[in-house]
Amino acid sequence: MSHSMEYNKRLRRRHRADRRFKYYGMAAIAFALAFLAFFFVDIIGKAMPAFKQAYIQVDINYNDQVKDNYNRAITRNYRYLVSRSFLRTLPQKLVENPELLGTTEHTWVLASYRVDQYLKGHDGNGLKSKYRPHVDQMIADGKIELRFNTLFFTHGDSKMAETAGVLAAAVGSILVLLITMAVAVPIGVMTAIYLEEFAPDNRLTQALEVNINNLAAIPSILYGLLGLAIFINIVGVPRSSALAGGLTLALMTLPVIIITTRAALRSIPDSIRDAAYGLGASNLQTVWHHVLPLAFPGILTGSIIGLAQAMGETAPLLIVGMMAYIPEAPGSIFDATTVLPAQIYTWSSESIRAFEERTAAGILVLLTVLLSLNAVAVWLRNRTQKTW
Amino acid sequence: MKKNMIMLAAIAATCINIGAAEARDQIQIVGSSTVYPFSSYTAEALGNTTHFKAPVVESTGSGGGMKLFCAGAGMDTPDFTNASRRMKAKEFTKCQKNGVKEITEMVVGYDGIAIAQSKKTAAFNLSRHDMMLAVAAEVPSKDGSHLVANPYHFWNEINPKLPHRAIRIYGPPASSGTRDAFEDMILKHLTKHIDAYTKLYKADKKKNKKYKKYHKVRQDGVYIPSGENDNLIVQKLARDTEALGIFGYSYLEENSDSIAAATIDGVAPTPTTISAHTYPLARSLYFYIKKSHIGKVKGMMEYANLFMSEKMTGDEGECTEIGLIALPKAERNHYRSNLKALTNLTAADFKKKH
Repeated sequence: MSHSMEYNKRLRRRHRADRRFKYYGMAAIAFALAFLAFFFVDIIGKAMPAFKQAYIQVDINYNDQVKDNYNRAITRNYRYLVSRSFLRTLPQKLVENPELLGTTEHTWVLASYRVDQYLKGHDGNGLKSKYRPHVDQMIADGKIELRFNTLFFTHGDSKMAETAGVLAAAVGSILVLLITMAVAVPIGVMTAIYLEEFAPDNRLTQALEVNINNLAAIPSILYGLLGLAIFINIVGVPRSSALAGGLTLALMTLPVIIITTRAALRSIPDSIRDAAYGLGASNLQTVWHHVLPLAFPGILTGSIIGLAQAMGETAPLLIVGMMAYIPEAPGSIFDATTVLPAQIYTWSSESIRAFEERTAAGILVLLTVLLSLNAVAVWLRNRTQKTW
Repeated sequence: MKKNMIMLAAIAATCINIGAAEARDQIQIVGSSTVYPFSSYTAEALGNTTHFKAPVVESTGSGGGMKLFCAGAGMDTPDFTNASRRMKAKEFTKCQKNGVKEITEMVVGYDGIAIAQSKKTAAFNLSRHDMMLAVAAEVPSKDGSHLVANPYHFWNEINPKLPHRAIRIYGPPASSGTRDAFEDMILKHLTKHIDAYTKLYKADKKKNKKYKKYHKVRQDGVYIPSGENDNLIVQKLARDTEALGIFGYSYLEENSDSIAAATIDGVAPTPTTISAHTYPLARSLYFYIKKSHIGKVKGMMEYANLFMSEKMTGDEGECTEIGLIALPKAERNHYRSNLKALTNLTAADFKKKH
């Protein structure tokens, strides 16, 4: 009797421990989800206003003075309310269209970021109080309105918050990523194939393996210093160029690709290789026809994760000069360019408050790109997966 | 295989040659993060209003900029460098040694360092001496005879006239130019005249070199280095109403709804007090021109002229709207004539006090 009571007690205790263990797991997940939800709500909440932009209806006077001072195109009351990046284009426009001289155009133009922030009800919009009644009246008359912010996607960086966009940085990111991919994937995969399929197991290859694993864990900024020393100072790649950034990130991505590719190759059972050799296939044929196709999904996933990591990286790019004000999208891989994470960082340190929402919107764009990259990885893996 | 390798090498070589051409059509600017907002603003204006490409402006810090600028005269080196302090004699010598012989120096305006707090907190007036005693790692003992590790945790311990308020200061990290300027204008400025420090230096000039102009900031958690991003400090001040923050004047102006400046020696930072140097924490902002690149890089003179123009850095200029403090008129004209003549910086310039 006492024996079975003892037994039941112990059983209950074990069950309780079991349940507790499960709850710990659930708590961990809930915690992670809460963080994620907080992050997304915060970022999306901050970013949404950036996708709308204020426009204002004004009279533009194309007079003689505009060529020397574009401010003269707008009457004094409105000058402060209109985006300066729009005003700046007027002298050029007048040179190209001389027939406009002496005419007045009543039209919608981009409003300055201060009006935009005031309209969105943000604190610290910076709109001088003497303009506020005037702006309030214009809003009531429907002469100021919010529209979808296409400029954010069609324009590069700008110091004027209303025209700042992600285009240049996005093109830069794509260019850098293409270079990283073109360099890191072939070299990484070939290295892994050699180490896994051909290399003898000796001290040298063991040392290599330890070093590669080690490289995957070192802080990324060291790759920036390496890139600066090798590519910029020795080889002479132009500073801030997509080539310099791409090559540096390729260095950083290589260990990840090598490690994941080796793991993928190792998961192919030896029976497949033995069968190929048994039929008289050469080394090349065995690897190329049998092992690689089966390992392909794993290699692909590893490569894409490595590249996604490279895409979100900033520290090494800071060293090779890509954290800079570069408003124009690069025309070639030698042109100065910036990337999305660098752009986000630059905006986050702007003193003008209107950049806060742009920063959040930039993060959202970067997250979207990363999510789609990962989605492609999953889709490709599922598509190419073979069973044997 | 060998043939392929040679081909590859040849392709690589031609690529690189394209990169490091003899002339450039895009200006490269490096340097101070304090000058960066104004420099990049001007760069954008140049790109928008002329047919020149907008210059690339990289924010590397004043020291980092000098290093890149003085690395050589080749086309792969920057054409301008911005600085929130003057070029040092050592840097000038390095420039000369590396073949950057002719340099023109420009002062584009002033920047004030603001010491600010939450707007909800009662107005605060500090002397530079109070501030020094609050942040230095070692301070003179009460009788001034020797140095002790900083014992102060409340402002009224430093100066009985100040309120009983915890000392907590968010400021720039050691790598920042703002920090350099802060150490110069508060710590070095005072400690070089205080016996308790200089006595030690005189006793052993080699071992106690740091006491000549003592500028070590305390590391016991009272001074909190808060990263290069001044926005973070502003956000912290809004929440932590007891603390003070140290950052550039433009951030103060932009966030005037939530933070207010403490007065230093009774003077508040405003464009007028900074420009007249009555506000003690003001510094000049510089940029340097590599003369040998003029003519080889398109638009260099246009950029420099635009930056020094009334439209950009005059009293009502566009850069002053975003936080730059304009130079007094006479100074502006002085530097404009220097720009016109492209006056060379010489070793003698570093001897006289600027």
